Amino acid sequence: MSKADSTWPDQLFAVLKAADIRQVGYVPDAGHARLIERCAADPAIRDVVLTTEEEGVALAAGAWLGGQRSALLMQSSGVGNCVNMLSLIKSCRFPLVMIVTMRGEWAEFNPWQVAMGSIVEPVLRLADVHAYRLDRAEDVADVAAGAVDLAFGGDHAIALLLSQRLIGRKVWVK
Amino acid sequence: MLERRKAIATLLAKRPDDLVIVSGLGSITYDVASVGDDDRNFYLWGAMGGAAMVGLGVALAQPARRVAVITGDGETLMGLGALATVAVQKPANLAIIVFDNGLYGETGSQASHTRGTVDLTKAAAACGIGFTLEVDNEAGLGRLAELLGSYTETLFARVAITPTEPPRVLPTRDGVALKLRFRRAVGA
Repeated sequence: MSKADSTWPDQLFAVLKAADIRQVGYVPDAGHARLIERCAADPAIRDVVLTTEEEGVALAAGAWLGGQRSALLMQSSGVGNCVNMLSLIKSCRFPLVMIVTMRGEWAEFNPWQVAMGSIVEPVLRLADVHAYRLDRAEDVADVAAGAVDLAFGGDHAIALLLSQRLIGRKVWVK
Repeated sequence: MLERRKAIATLLAKRPDDLVIVSGLGSITYDVASVGDDDRNFYLWGAMGGAAMVGLGVALAQPARRVAVITGDGETLMGLGALATVAVQKPANLAIIVFDNGLYGETGSQASHTRGTVDLTKAAAACGIGFTLEVDNEAGLGRLAELLGSYTETLFARVAITPTEPPRVLPTRDGVALKLRFRRAVGA
């Protein structure tokens, strides 16, 4: 991995900080490990580990009701767990920032990941979540900052889809 | 066991100024509205299973206020994992109050899991919520009402109610309006 490749989680963290994100809900994922670690280490951010991703959608609504901005981290399979709860976001026009590490695409070793991974984008589109796919590390900071602006500037739901190409091939140990 | 409308009226009779409410969808939203509409109420009309987590988000963002999630047994069961998530966060200003009639009143009164083997209070305690209450009489309800102005750790209370279906009291269903007025009310 080049240096640029490995610093994108830190760039995402900088985007979250610049946007004054104060609550970060997450279901752990290897691709998010660095970002979760950065959030947990920041005293100004409340990191909230979730049992399922839909909890994080509701958490984001509550955070906004209370006057704080939040972000929600998950793997692509978690998008499927969020579907009905996204109606809360649409019905009340809550801002929502989802950061999704993709599985089930390039270099995937587990075929069970493909079923959900391959429908993430249409599912998000149907739920009125604006999805931005990120394949290259050099695009991360700019695209993420713009998408976060869209979310909080106009009460929209956005998702940043961090592709498997960006994250890197998952090491599969037998 | 308690009648739900009398129970909600007692519970909120001396509502503290700093208490905001998130209500779960269905009968409990009508109960909360029956006491009087209030900008500090955020009623859910959907998002089943999400009430406790909406409450957690508010509680973390508004540490100077107390938050009461008031919901039903079916709504709680759909988001049972939220009890675990809330317990881990230990929000000192969050109370989860479940009106438990052991059935799904909106859909034809089918039995819920609490009519079977599930004890929500024990589940909350097992998740690590240290302050739990079983409320099944007026005295217990009075104590819970007092606590709404004074609790200092995460509180879970199960209020046993009779399976009645009082007339519906419908607050606005406009989610954007509910959001905006709640935010104004808490200075967000």
